Order: sequence, then structure tokens, then C-alpha cells
Amino acid sequence: MAKTKKPKLAVWKFASCDGCQLSLLDCEDELLEVADIVEIANFPEASREIKAGPYDISLVEGSITTPHDAERIHKIRRQSKILITIGACATAGGIQALRNFKDVREFINLVYANPKFISTLQHSTPISHHVYVDYELRGCPINKYQLLEVLNAFINHRKPNIPNTSVCIECKRKGIVCVMVAEGKVCLGPVTHAGCNALCPSYNRGCFGCYGPKESPNTSSLANQFEEMGAGNSEILRSFRNFNAYADAFRKESEAYEK
Amino acid sequence: MKSKTIKVDYLARVEGEGSLIVNIKGNRIKDLKFKIFEPPRFFEAFLVGRHFTEVPDITARICGICPIAYQMSSIHALEKIAELKIEGPIRELRRLIYCGEWIESHILHIYLLHAPDFLGYQDAIQIAKDYPGLVKKALELKKIGNEIVRLLGGREIHPINVRVGGFYSIPSKSEFLLLLERLKWARDAAIETVRWTSSLPFPDFDFDYEFVALRHQNEYPFNEGRLVSNKGLDIEISEYESNFFEEHVAYSNALHSVNKKGEPYFVGPLARFNLNFDKLSPIAKEISEEIGFLPPVTNPFKSIIARAVETLYAFDEAIRIIESLDWNTKPYIDFEMKEGVGYGCTEAPRGILYHRYKVGKDGLIEAAKIVPPTSQNQKQIEKDLYEFVQKYIDLPKDELQWKLEQAIRNYDPCISCATHFLKLDITRE
Repeated sequence: MAKTKKPKLAVWKFASCDGCQLSLLDCEDELLEVADIVEIANFPEASREIKAGPYDISLVEGSITTPHDAERIHKIRRQSKILITIGACATAGGIQALRNFKDVREFINLVYANPKFISTLQHSTPISHHVYVDYELRGCPINKYQLLEVLNAFINHRKPNIPNTSVCIECKRKGIVCVMVAEGKVCLGPVTHAGCNALCPSYNRGCFGCYGPKESPNTSSLANQFEEMGAGNSEILRSFRNFNAYADAFRKESEAYEK
Repeated sequence: MKSKTIKVDYLARVEGEGSLIVNIKGNRIKDLKFKIFEPPRFFEAFLVGRHFTEVPDITARICGICPIAYQMSSIHALEKIAELKIEGPIRELRRLIYCGEWIESHILHIYLLHAPDFLGYQDAIQIAKDYPGLVKKALELKKIGNEIVRLLGGREIHPINVRVGGFYSIPSKSEFLLLLERLKWARDAAIETVRWTSSLPFPDFDFDYEFVALRHQNEYPFNEGRLVSNKGLDIEISEYESNFFEEHVAYSNALHSVNKKGEPYFVGPLARFNLNFDKLSPIAKEISEEIGFLPPVTNPFKSIIARAVETLYAFDEAIRIIESLDWNTKPYIDFEMKEGVGYGCTEAPRGILYHRYKVGKDGLIEAAKIVPPTSQNQKQIEKDLYEFVQKYIDLPKDELQWKLEQAIRNYDPCISCATHFLKLDITRE
């Protein structure tokens, strides 16, 4: 039988901490197998050898924050059959999207460097605001096993098996006593997308929303609950304004507490 | 007159986005720039107005490779403000989680990012085709380091269990004991790693550097100590900003740090090793002596050996902590935050990481300053490149380029980190 050609994989970086692409190198047990199945054609963090596109699968980390990057993402899209965003920066603008809420003048007061040397956009935006995205994998950082599942699914032309329920469901399945009901801790578990396996409640703290909003989250009901528990407006605002601050549902809820 | 230009648009096998340009005319360097084009993310600006309890979770996001370093520097600075001194098991567990981070970061760099340069491969996956055992061992070592972080921190990247005052919860002793056997295997494997790194080919390249690191009277430094150098510096962490300064240069999105005299300095594993050799554990000292690796080491290409010695130390220290710890401890100390300014400096895998915070009366951050190790090394990296080109100007272009890339990787630069403290300028969409 003729040897079939390996799919070509590329990994791209925009404004980010490197953590999500590091997840691939953190697959210590699977990395060499992955390298057997796909051709790692463009992954500068791991190799100085760059093979030209087009690529079968592009993994994109990071958000768009500079005019140069806003152009670069289009070039990447054109070279990629499948484009998958990995992590909160690429799917929601990331922690650096906190700039999006600031009054420009307020920010300028914090500045003392030489502004003329730097070029940056006012907003940090997710990749999907610029180009079509085939699949968005959430998390700050992503779950490496979910990354392997998504790669496996696209290589085999099937739908990724990534649950889109809430952290709350994962928590119940693990049999953890609810940190909000039992201990009165602020917890975003009811509105946050699953994927971490209820990590924070397992360590006795409330969820702070690394995976962003789940499908149709009732954020205002949860915020009311926080109020009843005695949380002030600024605390509620901050709890929705983290690594996924610019994801629609969290953005709207935090803005509701700004007024 | 013959001229050549070396241009590396996107430097590989480093964390983040950087480039290198060298322009040589005849026997002279016309221009040399190690440029960081990683987009700025402005952490210091958006930390203002956040509650102090959120700081370790936010600063972790500066770097996916060394989030523990960011969490440790920030909590130590904030605990200074609260006048909280952490002793006993919590202090030991903080050293333990830092061991895990040093291991995963150092092994990643030694085998996956730097070794390909010494062995003449493009990447570690190509090495694995010829030496599968070597790469498999490296991945196993890295995994064990990550497991320490995962167990104590909840996950490898952006751990969630670190807080001001201690930890949110402490996993049971039995989970750590399960790791112990593997740690002992890893310690032996790390001894082999030290020997192996010492057998690599090193270019002849020595300089009279100023090495800067923390120094603690009783231990190899992680979280505490005074800032010292081989040129007589000996200061409190709070005096950092009156001894080191930052310059903003036009071609880079990161600031360059310099000492009082405006000169570059060198931080990281080699600096720590040179300044704290006497504080290494007996086994780490013994193996260093066996291979003849003794301070002062002034060849930056040998940083890979220092990284290996520190990896061995970190496995040894992790074993010591797990075997001797009193596990019956409350996960955190209760305290009340105060108003004021606090300073923290800890030893990230890549060198000293300085944080300063000002906290107001409601517990909100009023000002923040973060100086990561890579921006402190950046000027030194440029100087090394300059000296290297001068010394080896006759090398063929491709070989010179590769060697220069290797020289940058001596510092394991984390470009993502270096950019993220930058202040803002705004252009409108």
C-alpha cells in the first residue's frame, strides 16, 4: 500500500504568554507519537526548520493587538486548510483585552515610556474577529488532552468530542461539595465552560472563569446571587473581567456593574 | 569591500517573538540588533485597580513557561506589605513547587531548545530519530518536574493553588510519596544529564561579566535573600531600583536593564551557580567537581551545564522536602492586608524576577512594577553577539548565523516575559 502523506501542522503565535503552544510540548508521553502522525512543518518554538505552506492544520495562539498582526492573520488563513484557535487569548482576546475597557486618557496617565517607538491597537481582539475560524478550543491555558482530542478529530475528519457544559457539571460529577453553597465563596462555575475538570473547587477555591462563558450562560442570575452573598459591585465586575473579559457574555455582565 | 548581512526574521526555539540583524562590512560590524517584536501586553497598567488577592493569578499569565516565578515574586512582595513572614511547611512547599518549575523549564531548554544547536540538529524531534532514548529520557524528566507543579499547583501552566499567605489547599502526603520513587530515578538521570552536557563542544568565548543573583545565608536561592554580584554588589531587594535602571530603545518592544554604570549584567543559572556554589547540596557539588565545573565559569555557552547542575539540585531538594516535611499544616496563614509598598524578587528559571506593588487602604493595587530576567539579560545578549561576531567574523555566513542563534539561546530568553511590562502607547483603530 502506498504511504499516505502526513498532514502538515503549523503553530502560530500572536499576543500571548506561550503557555497554550507549550501545552503541545507538555504532552510528554504523546509528543513523539504526534510527530509520527503529523509533519510538524512550522513550529518556531520547537524547531528552526520552517517548511513552506500550505498547511493542513494551523493552531493559532494569542490575540490580535498590532496593525502588523491584523495583516499577518489573513496570510495565515490563506495558507491553512483548517484553522484552530487555542486558548483564551485567541478565542476571546485574553487578559490583554482588559485594555479594551480603559478610557484612553486614563491609560495615558499611566504611561512614561517613549510612545513613538511602539505600535499597538487600542483593542485586543480574538482571531475570529478577523478571519474565519474552524474550531475554538478554550482555556487559560488549554487542557492538553483536549488539544490532542481536537487534533485527532480533525486529522480523522470527525467532530471533536469536547463537552460544552459548565464547570458546575464537572464539579458535581467529581462529587465536590459546592464551595458557593457550603462556604459562600464567589464561584463562576455555573456560567463557565467545562474543560478544567473543576480544578479550583477541587482545591477549595471558587472558579474564576479560565475557560470563558459556556453556551447561553445566565450570568445576571449568578451576579444576583453574588450580591445576595454580600459581594459589592466592584468585586462582581472584577470577577467577570479576567482572562475572558472580552467574551460577549462576560463583557456584558461586567459592564452592567460598571454603571 | 566584502559585506554580509545576517538576518533572522523569527528566532526559533525561544519563548516568544524576536529577531536578529547583523550587518558586516569588511571586518567591521556596521549594525547589530537583537530585536523583540512580541506585542506589548501592558500588565503593569491593568494590575492597577485589581484586588491584591487576584495578583498571583494575573501575573502568572505573563509567562506560560514560568508562571510559578511570577506568582512567587508577587506574593512575596504583597506579604511584605502585610508584614507577613511565612516559615515552616508552607515555606518549604513554596520551594518544592519552585523546584518543579526549574526542572520542567530547565529540561525543556537543555534538551528541546538548546541541545539541537550543540548536536547540529534543527530540533529535538530530529534528534529523537537518531537518539530516541535521549529524548525519551528528557521528556520523562520534564514530566516529573511538571508533576510536582501539577500536584501542588493544580496544573502545569497557570497553576491555581498559590495565594498570598500560602496555598488554597495542600494535597495529601500519600500523593507526594507516590512521586518519591520516580524522583529518585530522576535524580540519577539528572546526574547523567550533567555529565552529558559537560561533554558537549563549547566555543572558546570567555568574558569578565557582572553576574547578579540572590544569595541566602542557608540555602541555594529561590524566594529570599540579598541581591549580590561578583563585582561587590550586596543590597536588599528593596534597593533594586536604585541600583538597576531600564532603557527604552527604539527597535525593541522590551526595555533593556543596566547597572548603575550603565553597563549590562548577567542573570540566570550561570550567575546563580557562580555566586551560590557553596550552597548547592552535596551531590550537586560532587558531580560539578567530578566534571571540573567550578566557579567562576565565564563562558556563557556553558550555561547549559549550570542548568543541568541546577536540575540535579532541584530533584535532590524536592526529595529532601518531601521526606522531611511536617504535613499537618494549615494551608495558609490568616492575615490582614495593610497599606504600603512591598518588594519581591525571586529566582525564576531564567534569573531574578523583580516585583514592586503599592496597595491602598481597600486592598486594591495602586501601582505595579515588574522587571523580568530576560529584559535584564537583553543588553548582555547584544554585547555577547557583538563580541562573538568580532571574534569569529571569518566563519561562513550560515555557520555564524547558527552560532549567533545559539549564543542568544545561552540565556534561554523568554521574550514573552520581557515584553509584558512595557508601558503603553496608543494608536487608534
